[in-house]
Formats: sequence, C-alpha cells, structure tokens
Amino acid sequence: MRPEVGALVAAAVIFVFFLAVAPAFRSADAFVTVLYQSSTIGIVAVAVGMLMIGGEFDLSAGVIVTSAGLVNSMFCWYFGINLWVGAILSLLFCLAVGFLNGYLVMRTGIPSFLITLGTFFVLQGANLGVTKLVTGSVSSTDVSRIDGFGSLGAIFASSFAIGPVVVWGTVVWWILFVAVATWILRRTRGGNWIYAVGGAADSARAVGVPVVRTKIGLFLAVSFLGWFVGMHNLYRFNTLQAGGGVGNEFLYIIAAVVGGTLLTGGFGNALGVAIGAFIFGMTSLGIVYAGWDPNWFRAFLGVMLLLAVLVNLYVRRLATREARA
Amino acid sequence: MIEMTGIGKSYGPIRALRDIDLRVNAGEVTCVLGDNGAGKSTLIKIMSGLHPHTSGTMRVDGRETVFTSPRQALDLGIATVYQDLAVVPLMEVWRNFFLGSELTGGRFPLAGLRIRDMRRIADEELRKMGITVADIDQPIGTLSGGQRQCVAIARAVYFGARVLILDEPTAALGVRQSGVVLRYVAAARDQGIGVVFITHNPHHAYLVGDHFVVLKLGAMVLDARRGSVSLDRLTAEMAGGAELTELAEELRRPA
Repeated sequence: MRPEVGALVAAAVIFVFFLAVAPAFRSADAFVTVLYQSSTIGIVAVAVGMLMIGGEFDLSAGVIVTSAGLVNSMFCWYFGINLWVGAILSLLFCLAVGFLNGYLVMRTGIPSFLITLGTFFVLQGANLGVTKLVTGSVSSTDVSRIDGFGSLGAIFASSFAIGPVVVWGTVVWWILFVAVATWILRRTRGGNWIYAVGGAADSARAVGVPVVRTKIGLFLAVSFLGWFVGMHNLYRFNTLQAGGGVGNEFLYIIAAVVGGTLLTGGFGNALGVAIGAFIFGMTSLGIVYAGWDPNWFRAFLGVMLLLAVLVNLYVRRLATREARA
Repeated sequence: MIEMTGIGKSYGPIRALRDIDLRVNAGEVTCVLGDNGAGKSTLIKIMSGLHPHTSGTMRVDGRETVFTSPRQALDLGIATVYQDLAVVPLMEVWRNFFLGSELTGGRFPLAGLRIRDMRRIADEELRKMGITVADIDQPIGTLSGGQRQCVAIARAVYFGARVLILDEPTAALGVRQSGVVLRYVAAARDQGIGVVFITHNPHHAYLVGDHFVVLKLGAMVLDARRGSVSLDRLTAEMAGGAELTELAEELRRPA
C-alpha cells in the first residue's frame, strides 16, 4: 500500500467536484493559480513531511517564513546594505533556529511539539516586537529600491508565460524540491535513516544509524525551506506584515497527513505531501471560485484531516499486521 | 574464540556476577540459562561491550580484552541480537537488512543506494538460511516474530559476525516460531559461527546446545557439555534444583 493513494483519490474527487460547481475553476488560468497557491504551502510542507516521517514536529515552521523575510528586509534597510547580505544572514538565522530546535529536542528528550511550540511563540513575538522597534509599525519597509532586489527577485519571485497563462517560479521550485525529497527518501542512505529514526529510533541506534544527526538535519531542512518561501514572499510583495505566517504550520502538517504521512513517524513520502498541498490549493481557491463564503475553507480542511487520519490508521494496521509463520 | 575466566561484575557494592568461566568456540552453541535476575543480561553486556567487567579476564582470540564500547566488540566480530531492538517494522525487509550499513554508489551524501544489489543479497542471505519471504519488499512488520528475529540474525551474520549473542530469541514466540529461530541457530552454528544462546527455556537450549551454563544469583551452578548432562537435569537446575525438591516436599499433597 503506497502512502499517497488515499490523497490521490481525494484530490481527484475534489478536482472534479470544483470543476462541476465552480465555472471559474474551469480555466488554465485558474489551474496555474491553484498550483501557485499550492506551491507556497507545498515547499515548506515537503520538509515538514520529511521531518514527520522522521518522527518529529515543527510548529515554528509557519512563523519562521515571516522571520526569514523580516530579518532580510529590516537588516538591509536599517544598515543600507545590499539585500544579498541580508538574504545570507537570514539563511544563517533560520538554520540556527532549526538547529536549536533539533538540538534541544535531541538533548533534552522533550517532545518536539513542546520545544517548537516555544520557538513558535518566541519568533511570533520577536517578529512583531523587533519590527515595531525598527520601523515603528507592524509592517516592514519596502525593499524594492535597495541593491540586489532585481537579482534576488529573479531567483525567488519570478514568473514566466506558457502560452496565455503566467506561471510563478515557485511552482517549478516546488516540483524540484519534491523531486529531490523523493530521491533522498527512497534512494539514499539518509532517506533510509529518516524512515528508521521515525519508525523505531532505538532499533535504528542499535544498528549504527546516527539518530541525532539525522533528526537535526531534518529540522535544518524545514528551516531552510521556510527561509526559501520567506524570500519568495519578501521579493514578491516588497513589504511583509510582521504578524504573518501564524497558522501555516498547521497547513503544512495537514498537507503531510492528508498526503499519507503517519503522525507517529516512519511512513509517508514526498509525492503524497505534494498532493496534500495541492488539495489545500484547490480547496482554498475552489471555494472562492464557487462564490462561497471563504470561511468554510478551514472547516473543510478539518474534515479532510480527520478522514486522512482514519485512512492512515487503517493503512498502518494493514502494513503491520503480522502474517502467520 | 572468547574465553572468560573468573569474570565478575560489581555495580558499586552490588555484585551482579561472580566467578564466571565460559568458553565460546567456533561452530558451537553455548547456552546460558538462568532465571530472571540470574545475571544473564549482565553477562551479555560484558561480551557485547555495553559494560566492562570488574574482575577476572576475558580473552578474545587469545588476547586479553576489556570492552569499553559496543563498537569495539562489533569490530572483533561479536554481534548481539537483542530481543526487542531488532527491526523497524514499517520498513521493507531488505532495507532493514542493510539498515546502518547501506550499499551506496559513491561516498557523497546524496549518492544513490544500490537497491538492486541490496535486494538480491538480502534475498540470497535469507534463502541460504532457509528463510523464504514472499516478497523482499514487504514491510518487515508483516513477518512473524520468528522470521523477524531470523532476519536480524542473518543480518548480523552477513555483516561479519563470528560470535553471535542471542538474547532470549525465543522468549516471545510460540512453538512453531521458536522452531524457525532454533533451526536458524543451528544453521549459523554449522557455518562455523560461535553462538551464545541466552534463554530460560531448557528445552530450547537442549535442542541446539553443545555446552550449557546455568546461572543463579550471579554465580554458575552448572557447567556441562552436552554428553554429560541430561535434559531432565537441566530442567531441574533451571527450575531451582535442590530448592525445588525441598519445595516439593513442603507442598506435598496427597495423591
């Protein structure tokens, strides 16, 4: 049983459903918008999914996206430095946060849920507090006239046309990250270790798998992709709201779980997580295209999550049912 | 291969083990029997490098050794298969087989795994030992407890174990599954591996053992080769020996 099968069926059903009820959904334009929406969640969700396969959570993944953009923009604005310096600084900052998360979890043995809940609140508060100190308001200043904006924008926030529709570069990045994650998970030693530390950490340690290194690496991956999307947001919108990103950590987790990742670790794959993010993109926009009250979106996601958890439970039973000797 | 003389282990003032003499020879099964708390696990820990011994001498291949880490023991070809720390249930059989020692196409971090080779080798090694799994790609959790134990043992053998320490491999298994594991222990012995078989089941021990050591409260109470001890004697020693006879007298009931 492959982990993404349930999500694939659900995605197909939802797709057909919105095609039927929302006329505005039936265009190439709408489709690439859905893809863009999915990619903004999907990129971080890839890493969150891998982390969950490795048996850990990261609740700070939502706000770190905003922190990444804020560090870059305010540092460069305040000191009047090329944005590249700030981007690299921001990357180091995010990796440091990821490392801290992983190190604390491994060192103390406290569940990652609690540790990252802590960093989540610290970052959320610091995002607002520092932004207010630096700019005097709760949004960062416009960075579009600082050196380096053009080249960074080309990397993180460009778009290109395919025929009549305009596709955002993040969609391509998303596909690329999913492909790399799939390679890592299924075809490398590191991937083997990720499944092992999530499935049975003690057994893994007993056969020589470096459990601590593997898990810290996963936290670093989450903060790296969080940084990446933070860069996209900054160079697409020029300014950022300091309170942004809160709540997205749950969207990443939902995308991973809907995509067949087990909450308890050891099972899942990158393609499933991508489909989970695509379901998120379809419903968040489909509801708008259908002309319904967008507030229903979260209720819908909740239902999807519950269904996915039930399917996962069933899959796990199927996969571990002991055969007769 | 391993020769222990007068081995003892104290945890502070507590003597967990004293005066143990034990030899592990290639191609033989040495059974260590004992009740809970008899010192079996302490003995394993000394041999597998988890704890150093505090008295006596241990020679590996004739050289006096005190292990300070499991890695040292592994490097000398002494592998331990613990009852619970065997496998990752949701992972495929072949991935479990190679876990921690994967074959890769290069040394760089994202080098591809040699999946075809690993599947072939895992399948061959299991077949060699008489275990056929329907599908080498199935999650190992779908195998029976006995088969899982066998995969863990096959893995240790394949990765160069010369001495195999099995910690209660049949404890959680039914009769049939125990049979699978015992057959496998015999197969490993026939390959020339020195097996240390820890158990509290004298029947299982007698089926495959060449040499029997019974521990009780940290000391040896029986040390005999196969020819010089009967199953009844072994069972009696395990069950408590003289103590049990006394108990039987005390609890005697009219027929």
